[in-house]
Amino acid sequence: MNDQLTHMTGQVTAGKLTRREFMGKAAALGVTAAMASTMFADAARAAGAKKGGDLKFGLQGGESTNSLDPATYASSVPFQNGKQFGDQLVEVAPDGTIEPRLAESVEGSADAKVWTFKLRQGVEFHNGKTMTSEDVLKTMERHSNEDSKSGALGIMKGIESMKADGDNFQVTLTEPNADLPYLMADYHLIIQPDGGMDNPAAGIGTGPYKLEVDEPGVRHLFTKNENHWNSDFGNFDSVEVVVINDATARTAALQSGQVHAINRVEPKVADLLGRAPNLTVNSTAGRGHYVFIMHCDTAPFDNNELRLALKYAINRADLVDKVLRGYGSIGNDMPINAAYPLFDETIEQREFSIEKAAEHYKKSGHDGSPIILRVADGAFPGAVDAAALFQQTAAQAGIPLEIKREPNDGYWSEVWNVQPFCASYWGGRPVQDQMYSTAYLSTADWNDTRFKVQAFDDMLFAAKAELDVEKRKGIYSQMGRMVRDEGGLICPMFNDFVEGISNQLDGWESDPTQEMMNGNISRKMWFV
Amino acid sequence: MHPIIKLVSQRLALGILLLLGASALIFGLTEALPGDAAQAVLGQSATPEALANLREEMGLDRPALTRYVEWLTGILQGDLGQSLTNKLDIADSIGKRLGNTLFLACVAAIVSVPLAIFLGLLAVRYRNRWPDKLISAITLTTVSIPEFLIGYVLVYFISVKLGWFSSLAMVNDSMSLGQKLYAIALPALVLTLVVLAQMMRMTRAAILNLMQSAYIETAELKGLSTFQVIARHAFPNAISPIVNVVMLNLAYLVVGVVVVEVVFVYPGMGQYLVDAVTKRDVPVVLACGVVFAAVYIGLNMVADIVSILANPRLRHPK
Repeated sequence: MNDQLTHMTGQVTAGKLTRREFMGKAAALGVTAAMASTMFADAARAAGAKKGGDLKFGLQGGESTNSLDPATYASSVPFQNGKQFGDQLVEVAPDGTIEPRLAESVEGSADAKVWTFKLRQGVEFHNGKTMTSEDVLKTMERHSNEDSKSGALGIMKGIESMKADGDNFQVTLTEPNADLPYLMADYHLIIQPDGGMDNPAAGIGTGPYKLEVDEPGVRHLFTKNENHWNSDFGNFDSVEVVVINDATARTAALQSGQVHAINRVEPKVADLLGRAPNLTVNSTAGRGHYVFIMHCDTAPFDNNELRLALKYAINRADLVDKVLRGYGSIGNDMPINAAYPLFDETIEQREFSIEKAAEHYKKSGHDGSPIILRVADGAFPGAVDAAALFQQTAAQAGIPLEIKREPNDGYWSEVWNVQPFCASYWGGRPVQDQMYSTAYLSTADWNDTRFKVQAFDDMLFAAKAELDVEKRKGIYSQMGRMVRDEGGLICPMFNDFVEGISNQLDGWESDPTQEMMNGNISRKMWFV
Repeated sequence: MHPIIKLVSQRLALGILLLLGASALIFGLTEALPGDAAQAVLGQSATPEALANLREEMGLDRPALTRYVEWLTGILQGDLGQSLTNKLDIADSIGKRLGNTLFLACVAAIVSVPLAIFLGLLAVRYRNRWPDKLISAITLTTVSIPEFLIGYVLVYFISVKLGWFSSLAMVNDSMSLGQKLYAIALPALVLTLVVLAQMMRMTRAAILNLMQSAYIETAELKGLSTFQVIARHAFPNAISPIVNVVMLNLAYLVVGVVVVEVVFVYPGMGQYLVDAVTKRDVPVVLACGVVFAAVYIGLNMVADIVSILANPRLRHPK
């Protein structure tokens, strides 16, 4: 760090420089926004987070049908609620490492089959009970037993047995998995008293805020839990999550100061919104991606030449520009990007090429009948426009794409994972193993590209068991190349999380895991 | 039996029959939508195993007719049941939401109905002169602009730029009446602007129609002022068509305001129903549908009865 920057961070610590000024000056020194943001947060935190104030979120993604039962979480508001009243055993830190929460430490056996979580002692639930290893065991059982309808059921597969042993909670796996701690960081796996077996939707956990008001689809109010095990977490007196599904209403609420943080700022208004003096628009590169998926086992997509032709025929840079308005990055036909640990930067980027697309199309021997691409607005924001752009560039290469609009309603049950070629999105996973196990393993339920390659599966299992980081990285690199060159995934872009934060708040950190600082705004930020 | 009581009881019986028909229709149509509550809840993250577990828990594995009959027996005993998706008691949730919807509708109605009728009378008084043309121009403009646009424009100027009113019309139990009225000022204003025109125009047309009558001429010849003629002699005879259009608009204020609810983030019935339809939460859809249908049927019944009471020929049939 050069002298100028050191001086500036000193000024921040002394409270003489605001975030906006700091970011501006840092940019002038050639520091990237993400880097400057982290430096500012560190410097500001050194000055000491202030306590107090009532934080208000305005969030898209809440419905009257939402429940507080963590097993049912599938959208932004329930996710955010869970982060207020609950804790997981561990959390994925912004830098991709594992951060202890209700577990003080995690240890794996040499073969990565037995994992022991040493639990924090003296942690109290909001109902006054002390957390025991029995509660942890029951929680995990509720998410993984045969009656489970948990959103985390998919990642809880492969557990052979679990046991509570004094201060420890132990998981034994059927197959080795070096990434198990990352699975336990899943936001559904909030530790509840008695595992939530008796009353899963009570909203009682160990988190920094206690539930006061629960009005699904309207608002959720939480007040400070004075007995939280970590007094550094939770600087506010209360946190209110207000459901604002309409994008314009959301930005208006932030601009007029009625809420302090909003999610899902529409890329087309993000630049304009950022000019408002009382707020900052933060764009965080994440792991979520927008995709067009082909079933590798269905004609005409069972022909790799045709798949390659379509992959070459999409203009990624143009899509990032027009659909994401620059709030994102180009994809490389694999579900992994630099936001993942153990990503291999040397994998060559696939470039848009009409010639190559035409060449592969010719080699495929396709009969020239229209290739039907199914798409709906709800597949991802801008999906219909993206498909139209794709259609145009494909036509230049002589590939006849036909777009078929589908209704949003029922898209995930009738089209996605059913029709051979459609638009979709993925939210990303904390680690490569989880992403590949969820959607690229031959036997995975959500193998939405029907990518069934034995050699790939073998590598996936070898990587799971491999504790040597360099070797794992090598295996993942090979797997990535395989999906890129042989898979059914056309991944034109990774979307950023674009969020609006009031300048009254301080302590922002970029976190690629999930939106809104992975749900940690109320834990880590504070009012200036 | 008095003919009025007979009429009211006949209408009530017919209303209940209509409600039953509406509930069957709503149930059938919701069932006909693709997917079910279990699929909608799990969305993209559905595994066959989780789907089966959830269906069993929600009771969706049983035949549709059984579920409808169960719901019907429940509602006859005053039990609206539980939401499929979040297990909350529907009567509780609807109670709050319906209260909010009625509150907003009442405030909008208290402002708009007298205002519309007064403007209508004023327009007749100055017919074809500039006040008449101005009133018509303004009200017809506001009714022609989509309500979400009026909403956004008001939010931008009044709440973002001037900061006078809140763009979020969030109300809850801990607020005083004054605070609630302040919170819903903007949505109430939008709704007033939307419903004003039709009632104003109907008042104007109905009264103008009567102004040609001989008895109006008599009243004028007696030396009454124009406004007195309109208010005392023309208006009572024009009540029937005016009440009809007022009731239609009141019904709209209760059942048709989902767009305004979304723009101002108002926790009313509309949003509740839309969420429930998206998630195929059949008991909630049914409960909301029946409430809406009851409001519609009830208000129309009131309109009919008032029209009859206002008309001596219908009041005393020979």
